[in-house]
Formats: sequence, structure tokens, C-alpha cells
Amino acid sequence: MEPLSEVKDFLRIEKFPHIWCAGCGHGIILQSFLRAVIDAGIDKNDMVVVSGIGCSSRAVGYVDFDTLHTAHGRALPFATGIKMAKPELNVAILAGDGDIAAIGGNHFIHAARRNIDLTVVIFNNFNYGMTGGQSSPLTCLNAIAPTTPYGNIERPFDICSLAIAAGATYVARSTTYHALQLPELIANGIRHHGFSVIEVLTGCPTYYGKFNSLRSPSKMLEWQRDHSVNLKQYQMLSEDAKEGKFAIGLIHSAERPEYTDEYSKIIQKVQVVSQKEPR
Amino acid sequence: MSEIDKSSDPPKTSPKITIHEKWCKKCGICVAFCPKKVFDTDDFGLPLVNRPEQCIRCMLCVIRCPDFAVDVERAKEDPEKKVPPP
Ligand SMILES: Cc1ncc(C[n+]2csc(CCOP(=O)(O)OP(=O)(O)O)c2C)c(N)n1
Ligand code: SF4
Ligand code: SF4
Ligand code: SF4
Repeated sequence: MEPLSEVKDFLRIEKFPHIWCAGCGHGIILQSFLRAVIDAGIDKNDMVVVSGIGCSSRAVGYVDFDTLHTAHGRALPFATGIKMAKPELNVAILAGDGDIAAIGGNHFIHAARRNIDLTVVIFNNFNYGMTGGQSSPLTCLNAIAPTTPYGNIERPFDICSLAIAAGATYVARSTTYHALQLPELIANGIRHHGFSVIEVLTGCPTYYGKFNSLRSPSKMLEWQRDHSVNLKQYQMLSEDAKEGKFAIGLIHSAERPEYTDEYSKIIQKVQVVSQKEPR
Repeated sequence: MSEIDKSSDPPKTSPKITIHEKWCKKCGICVAFCPKKVFDTDDFGLPLVNRPEQCIRCMLCVIRCPDFAVDVERAKEDPEKKVPPP
């Protein structure tokens, strides 16, 4: 583990201290993301980082890459455009659970279906932090939010299972409590040639914590510790015991043709045909 | 332990641990999870590095600080080189 000074080379130092609340887990994920970029040996100028709107999406304002802060839920269409135009670039998306699973859910499943070489880091704080803590499609069953004052009756997505079903070829999950393991999981997602998803359970002490008796930042980390289980152990649990628990680690990896590769093959094919048959 | 063994033991040095006070938001994460209880807090929640000699450089405080406000210096170069031959 390198000291912080190495990570600081990748920050826009003049923008600090950042806007996130005291104990907000987003900063922990951001540090792990930067460690992952260093670990994967990516040059700053070969990385583009894209986000939508939300507290988590503010992350791109603090990192010294080419960055895009786009519209709520639309990070993936912008990222897809960048990757199509310049497939040689590494493109990463930093997204909130609301951003990627609610308004951006459709983009998410189709990017996974195409297996386009993007790396999505999901900052899952189980709510819409920026707008006051409303419930999201990942809010836990029975949890309290301003929109679910008597407890959430909607079953949340398991976003990792959703990603696998939709066709993602690298899927991992971790938490901010497990930050020592997180950079490697993200780095392998960056290295993977295909659609990579890393879900990170994180804390919003200001809203989710306040409404769900986890007011202090360290309580939120303890909650993550107590609700996550290594994939191998998780698979041995009974269905009842799995309820409310999160499998962590590498969940899925597969090889499948990547979208921009297939696209360039089509272009070559069409060029050959059009040379043979001039109009 | 023989004298020779002692001379090859690296001297125990405390790592330099810094809290960037302008960035720290006093969330208490570094204090709560340090396995060696290196930190106390002042009356306002600012971490105080009171027992650096206990630090094992596990880096948990660095990597879990949401505000990029803690740093622990890297272990020094192999200290054996500096021990004069017996
Ligand atoms: C089209 C559109 N709809 C709604 C909003 C309001 N809005 C801003 S951020 C946000 C959700 C943020 O939640 P999430 O993506 O989970 O990120 P967090 O703030 O929790 O990190 C919403 C609904 C918006 N900005 N644009
Ligand atoms: S509202 Fe929640 S998600 Fe937003 S900065 Fe504060 S703690 Fe973080
Ligand atoms: S974890 Fe960081 S922000 Fe929180 S109290 Fe420690 S130094 Fe301050
Ligand atoms: S490096 Fe580990 S032992 Fe040292 S102060 Fe940080 S958390 Fe404590």
C-alpha cells in the first residue's frame, strides 16, 4: 500500500476540501479508484472519467484526468460515445445508485448487453443523497427514507445479478469498510476488456444513516462489515441466511466479443465491400 | 537473545503520521478503526496522533479516510544497512 502522497498526484488539489459531508463514503471510494488507476498502470492522459448527477457524480470534479460531469443518469451514453470515437482510451464511469439503477437503468442494461469496454464504479449509498435521501431502486427492504417513512416495501435490485443477466463480463462487489481490497477489484475491472461493474456499498450518514439509526460514519462502516460475506461463504448459506446479506469479492468474469472491436470489424468489412462495388 | 541477534534487529522507529487539519472533517473513522489505538481526539473531534510508536503501518486509516486527510509515511529503507558490522 502506497502512502497518500502518490494518490495526491491524481487530485485537483486546489478544489479541496471536497463538498461531501463528514464521513460520506464517497471519498473512500474515490481514493480506492485512484489507487486502482495507479495499480493498473494507466497514464493520466489515457483515462477519461465520466459521471452523471448526484453527490457521487461530483467525484469527477476532484480528479486530474479528462472528465465529464453530464446529466442525471446519462453518464453511460456519453461514455459510450467517447469509447466509440476513441477505443484506445480507458473510460470509467463513477455513478450513484440512483443515477445508474433508476433514471439510468436502461442505459446500464444495454451497455452490459453490448459488452462495451467501460468500467462502472457504483457508489451504492442506498439512497438519493443529493436530493435529501429519497429511496432508490437499491434501498434495502424495510429501510426508512423520506419517501418510505413507514419502511420500504419495494424489493431492491441486486445490481450485480442484474449486470450479469444483462451481459456484463466483469462483476465485483465490495464496501468502503473493505477498502484495502477495493483498489485491486477496481484495477482488474479496468484491465478487463469488456463491460465491468464494481458495486461499492458506501455510507450516507447525513440521510440514510440518520433515518436508519446509523448516524455516525463508523456505524455505517460497521453495518457494511456485518452485512457482507465473501462469495464462497455466501454460496454456502441457506436461502434464509442470504436475505439482507451481500456477497463481496469477484462475483463473475467471462470473455465475450467486445462492442468496439466488433464495430471496427464491421467498418472494415463494409469498406472492403464498397471498394469492390463503387457506386 | 544473544547480543548478535540484537544488533541485527532493526531499531523500532515510529512512522510519521500526519493529519491534514484543513481537510479533516472530524468524522472519527480513523480513530474508531485503528487496530493499535494510535489516535485520541481533541474536544472537537480532531484526531490526535498520541501513540505513533504503536503503529503497524496497516494503512487502514489512510485508505478509509474519506477526506484524503491522513498520511502514514512509508517504511524506511532496509535499516540493516545502517547497522555497523560487529
Ligand atoms: C433529469 C433529472 N431528474 C432528477 C434530478 C434530481 N436529482 C439530482 S441527483 C439525484 C439522485 C442522486 O442520487 P444518486 O445517484 O444515488 O447519488 P448520491 O447523491 O446518492 O451520491 C436526483 C434525483 C436531476 N438532476 N435531473
Ligand atoms: S448527502 Fe449523503 S451522499 Fe451526499 S455528501 Fe452528504 S453523506 Fe455523502
Ligand atoms: S478519517 Fe479523515 S476526516 Fe475522518 S477524522 Fe480521520 S482524518 Fe479526519
Ligand atoms: S497505519 Fe494502521 S496502525 Fe498505524 S495509525 Fe493507521 S490505522 Fe493505526
